Amino acid sequence: MNRATSQPTPASRPDDEAPIDALDRALIVATQTGLPLVPEPYHALAGELGVDAREVMDRLRRMQERGIIRRIAAVPNHYRLGFTHNGMSVWNVPDERIGELGPRVGALDFVSHCYHRPRHPPDWPYNLFAMVHADSREEAERKVRIISELLGPDDLGHEVLFSRRILKKTGLRLTA
Amino acid sequence: MDLSPLEKHLLNDFQHHLPLSTQPYADMAAQLGVSEAEVLSALARLHEQGLVSRVGAVFRPHSIGASTLAAMAVPPERLEAVAGLINDYPNVNHNYEREHEYNLWFVVTARDEDELCAVLEDMEARTGMPILALPLIEDYHIDLGFDLRWT
Repeated sequence: MNRATSQPTPASRPDDEAPIDALDRALIVATQTGLPLVPEPYHALAGELGVDAREVMDRLRRMQERGIIRRIAAVPNHYRLGFTHNGMSVWNVPDERIGELGPRVGALDFVSHCYHRPRHPPDWPYNLFAMVHADSREEAERKVRIISELLGPDDLGHEVLFSRRILKKTGLRLTA
Repeated sequence: MDLSPLEKHLLNDFQHHLPLSTQPYADMAAQLGVSEAEVLSALARLHEQGLVSRVGAVFRPHSIGASTLAAMAVPPERLEAVAGLINDYPNVNHNYEREHEYNLWFVVTARDEDELCAVLEDMEARTGMPILALPLIEDYHIDLGFDLRWT
């Protein structure tokens, strides 16, 4: 069986910081579907959690500084905004070059996600994933060509997997 | 899509930094020169229409619990049944059908690595099909946001 399921490789974690505690976790659970749309949303969260608003904001700020929270933001739904052609481009690049090439692909403005993932030869030779969003298939393909040109001889093969249907999409789920 | 200038600004300008302040929506309103009530009602409308998936925190993958991208090559005639089975797991938050032999792509999350492995094994047992697990090794995306380029 072609699996690495037994040992998923952990992602690099931030510098030896203590893990999040119970209140951080409770805060994540409380905010995962979004902040309340009321004038003082952090106070509302604080009320739910039985702590004060200062504590809620301090903790969110700390999680942001530690990189656990990437950003606090209005998160657009690309698909509903008309970026309906979501192409997952997958690339086979030399392992010794991926550390240099990955950040360059990830910095392209039309790439929304760029990850190093394990290969599973022979079925799955690709080790670099770059998600491309566009309003047409042609535009997505044009963007993929830009990535291919950027990689040059390090593009040992690639494919684009267009989405046909969204079968399920919910926010982050975390059980308390 | 018919968006007001305020809605466009809310979508484009606050993808990164919603103010972490006592009254964040009032601060956004001040920045945009409108009232807090207008910001709140515009955000509520964008959310209802599904244009904003949420106003809140975006967490880095793997910072809490364990997760992996997973793929399956499902024969077309079994796709509906297998997709339904996979979607029933509360551990699955995204599931896309893609144009490829590996046609089912989903993300599995769990409290820890042990639970993640157990869920994947359970999925394989119940579908009778192997899963390609593609956990993240490194994230290269430099988060500059996404230019919505209104036309």
